[in-house]
Amino acid sequence: MSDSGIAVRMLGIAKSFGSVGANQDASLEVRVGEIHALVGENGAGKSTLMRILSGLYAPDAGSVEVLGRNVTGWKTPDAIAAGVGMVHQHFMLVPTLTVAENLVLGMEPVSGLTLNRAKALADVRALCASTGLVVDADRLVSDLSVGEAQRVEILKALYRGARVLILDEPTAVLSPPEIRDLWTVLRTLRDAGNTVVLITHKLDEVIEISSAITVMRAGRTITRLNTVDTTPRDIARAMVGRDVSLALDMMPGVRITSEHEAPMPPSATGPAALRVENLTINSDRHTIAVNNLSFAVAPGEVFGIAGVEGNGQTELLEVLAGLRRPHRGRIFLENADISGRSVRDRADAGLSHIPEDRHRRGLVLDYSIADNLILGRQHKFSGKLGLHRDAIAAEAQNQILAFDIRPPEPLVPARALSGGNQQKIVIAREMGRPFRVLLAAQPTRGVDVGAIEFIHAQLRKARDAGKAILLVSADLAEVLALSDRIAVMYGGQFACVLPAQDCDAERLGPYMTGANG
Amino acid sequence: MSAPITRTQASVRRHLEATLLPPIVALVVAMVVGDVLILSYGQSPSTVYRLLIDGTWGNSYGFGQVIYKATTLSCTGLAFALAARAGLFNVGAEGQLAMGGFAAALAGLALPAGTPALVAIPLCAIAAMMAGAATGALPGVLRARFGASEVIVTIMLNFVVLALLNYIITAHLHVPETLHTPEMQAGTVARFADSFESFHGSAANWTLIASIVATAAVWYFLFRSKGGYELRAVGLQPDAAEYGGVSVSGVILRAMMWSGAIAGLGGINFVQGYKGYYEEGFAAGSGFLGIAVALVGRNHPIGIIFAALLFATLSQGGLAVNALVPKQLVDILQAVVILAVATAVPEVQRQMRVAAAALVRTAAARKAAS
Repeated sequence: MSDSGIAVRMLGIAKSFGSVGANQDASLEVRVGEIHALVGENGAGKSTLMRILSGLYAPDAGSVEVLGRNVTGWKTPDAIAAGVGMVHQHFMLVPTLTVAENLVLGMEPVSGLTLNRAKALADVRALCASTGLVVDADRLVSDLSVGEAQRVEILKALYRGARVLILDEPTAVLSPPEIRDLWTVLRTLRDAGNTVVLITHKLDEVIEISSAITVMRAGRTITRLNTVDTTPRDIARAMVGRDVSLALDMMPGVRITSEHEAPMPPSATGPAALRVENLTINSDRHTIAVNNLSFAVAPGEVFGIAGVEGNGQTELLEVLAGLRRPHRGRIFLENADISGRSVRDRADAGLSHIPEDRHRRGLVLDYSIADNLILGRQHKFSGKLGLHRDAIAAEAQNQILAFDIRPPEPLVPARALSGGNQQKIVIAREMGRPFRVLLAAQPTRGVDVGAIEFIHAQLRKARDAGKAILLVSADLAEVLALSDRIAVMYGGQFACVLPAQDCDAERLGPYMTGANG
Repeated sequence: MSAPITRTQASVRRHLEATLLPPIVALVVAMVVGDVLILSYGQSPSTVYRLLIDGTWGNSYGFGQVIYKATTLSCTGLAFALAARAGLFNVGAEGQLAMGGFAAALAGLALPAGTPALVAIPLCAIAAMMAGAATGALPGVLRARFGASEVIVTIMLNFVVLALLNYIITAHLHVPETLHTPEMQAGTVARFADSFESFHGSAANWTLIASIVATAAVWYFLFRSKGGYELRAVGLQPDAAEYGGVSVSGVILRAMMWSGAIAGLGGINFVQGYKGYYEEGFAAGSGFLGIAVALVGRNHPIGIIFAALLFATLSQGGLAVNALVPKQLVDILQAVVILAVATAVPEVQRQMRVAAAALVRTAAARKAAS
């Protein structure tokens, strides 16, 4: 068979870091002009394989071919020169420079010793026009939305001549409308003859955008599928290695009300477990982040807050948890005013909090699993003579067992764990103790399918046990799947509050963009 | 359940190797550089090194001097390490140490002659710690309350403190024709030489006990107490600590205070233990060298004991080898140790990872072959 139609061929790739094997016998074949999805759970080796392709790592074994040329062991500059570009999950842009300046960084057009700004601008505008990717070249990157910043990353790769574009979990930070825009962009690029490799673990995206799929599990490539011939259930089975109760959490637009869905919880007529009155919060930039918000969450209720990120959700949760002072307003935990109380007092009063960013807030990454399991409760695990090491060890044993944290080693630092297992530490700590109200922010962000299933089951169990849960998620499907009542947050206010049975993605979408009907 | 235990033991061993190997490699590098320098003076490295050891650990006087210097260095090293564990870079040990010594001298002068040592010495030590704590608290408050960089503030405060003490001594407190206060009549700490004749002439004194107690206390605080758990969390990830109910600004303030207190405690080594009076400039360099001690000791109390002994040995050894090579050679060696540790830590750890990976691969290959 002719190689002319093959963009990428990787054969028998192995790569290990220390004693950890990230890839073994991984193979990948991508045809020119296709959108190829590389799927697998967190820690399955997707990112490593793509970093080998983009020249960031050299493989320990195996061969890499790009556009018919053997390039095994090449370096990133070679990859860029040959037209392979990678858009990382965490953007690598200079926030204080403009879009145009970021794009030309490293290969700036110069006149004499200075940057030729006019030419840089013209180049960038020409690129935007030819690709159909619209960004204002004059704006500062710090002023861009996440979706726009991502577009700049893609443009940057294209500016360097990329014809094979690798995107690492590009939708993790995007809202539904932004995701739709991204799909349009990718299709445009594909139609122009480019090749796209998409790393993801969201099955609905795979089905929607890709034409071929490679599934990875435990460092190996398990199977290669044609998207038209497969179903989400097949892909999930290949990813996890067993049947998964696909809660259709990963399938937006579909709401299931059968099997595991508990009957509707007690109505919100009883006393509220969490009540917020006239809350107004200022953002760090001294704009109004949350504007005169009031709501209540009843025991046994999941109150879901959907919405595009940056509409005040972060500030709201920080204020509820005691991490930020509100400008005005009061917060009640079962009729007790906790507005002025400290983080520790709130936790002791029965408030649990799964923070949205486990790497920044939820975990001390260099602390062991055991030490992380007591974060926020260190005063309960210590006396006059210091920390109760035995009690901490026993707690770690129990929680690791109860929440299936892997590896089951209390002394391993949290940093060494996969995203899903890191999140399980947070879940175990916040839900494995007595609590009455749970603030759950992005509880399944960046975790694998198996862990999503587990975390959702935990949330349902807590709801059925009479806990009040405030769920904030940028993943609309997740909010739809778990909530009893749903609010859409837009511009620091609720654009709507609806019973969950009246909601679907079509109905909520317009509220999320502020175009409420 | 034996498998997890052995795995844990293996990880403990790996951790120990990763901790110990870099400083050892750094020391070897420093010795090689030292060889080259000694050869360039036309001397034999083995002769010079033997002289260095003989002049320090080889006799009681030299050993006593090493102990004396290590006592001060362990205090300033601990002070830096404690702040560093909270994510703070305390460059102010120099001034904190001087303030501690000065306050201890004032306390000693204020006490009537004949005050029992058991009362007088603790009082002087507390005065030293409180003065050091106050000097550390100022940058602590500015950092916690206003976000002012503790690096800048502590550096500049050194000048202020030293100039202030200089003024007080020269203008008000000195014995004529000297730059020191009168001798104290109470609160002096006994020297080793008082009990053991062979230490005659060396400055080593029982302040050593105080520095050992401080080292043990810092270790226990950092790794066994709630306060240490919270302090290290603040140093590693302030946002996570805040989420965990820790008052970050409170920890910063307390860390700077205790850091200053421990540095201040070092002051009694000179004032109470050695001279019996405060002398202008007694602390010169010991505060800054404490940063190097903490760096080489990896900000760990046990590491700091060894690092303090190492730097004290080099500093005393410089005097011993002065006949053969300039004593500045030892200063160069100290600098090389610091640079080698700073570069060796990440580099050696990287090499260890590479070696471990190679080991795993050969093991796998052997398994596949058999």
